[in-house]
Amino acid sequence: MAVSTDHPPGTIAEGMRAVAPLAVAVGLFGIPFGVLARDAVGVLPALVFSATTFAGSAQMASVSILADGGALAAAIVAALLLNTRYLPIGISVARSLPRRLTARLLAAQLSVDESWAISHRGAGRYDGRVLVGAGLVLYAAWVVGTAIGAAGGSVLGDPEDLGLDAAFPALFLALLVGQVRDRRGAVVALLGSALAVVLIPFVPAGVPIIAASAACLLGLRR
Amino acid sequence: MSDAWVLVIAVGAGTIALKSAGPLLLGGREVPARARGVLALLGPAVLAALIVTQAFAGDREIVVDARAAGLGAAAVALLLRAPLLVVLVVAAAVAAGVRAVGI
Repeated sequence: MAVSTDHPPGTIAEGMRAVAPLAVAVGLFGIPFGVLARDAVGVLPALVFSATTFAGSAQMASVSILADGGALAAAIVAALLLNTRYLPIGISVARSLPRRLTARLLAAQLSVDESWAISHRGAGRYDGRVLVGAGLVLYAAWVVGTAIGAAGGSVLGDPEDLGLDAAFPALFLALLVGQVRDRRGAVVALLGSALAVVLIPFVPAGVPIIAASAACLLGLRR
Repeated sequence: MSDAWVLVIAVGAGTIALKSAGPLLLGGREVPARARGVLALLGPAVLAALIVTQAFAGDREIVVDARAAGLGAAAVALLLRAPLLVVLVVAAAVAAGVRAVGI
């Protein structure tokens, strides 16, 4: 796993390999999303949703709201709030993405939580090739998982019975351990998690993550 | 247009805009040193929040369930310097086990 600060430039293949175990979990979660989305929005919109938005938690949240008879506006707002973290994430990877505009914009779409964290090279620097490799595998897994769910329903049963939902926080913990290099990083992580815990009961999903990301402003202190 | 397509197009366009804004506006420019100091800490801040929300968030409440057991097991595996794949499998297996016995 890519965690140390001194790294030669990575490759797309390296990103693909690094993210493989996680892509399995992402693909398996695409299946129940596909099942739910088929019934709530239909097969084609479900597929287009995964192929364009490519953000599991936001898609699941918005489709669940519609499936429960919630308002369209509420579903849209919930998804966009969950994805607002991609604004600062996009800023952080901007420098490492390809220079050509088309390639840059395509690579930006592949900057999701897992590919972003796996491609971190220390001190706020990211490896664009590793990010693209990891993002491509995650994208394929998510879209194929959605298609399987939308076409045939769940063959594997509930992924929660397999404990797959616990694999995601575990992954983020492993990535966090790799990114906390000093006392300031640890303080920011603790502050971020505290802000999220305090806010979860009071604000819509997504907002605690945005609020917690403000903890990185401690970096302004010399 | 049906609600389904409005949802897909609105969320899709919004998400693409959110992901593209930074790379589009900043280009390949180097950001100032102070901003870099802030961005270097974005990882720890966002990852910590993702851990908490994915392990403990319910519907506007804090829930301690099988996910927390899986996360705890993952922490132990990390302390023992287990490889990433092992950490993920341990977390899933412990959460599945806790659910199977119905805690």
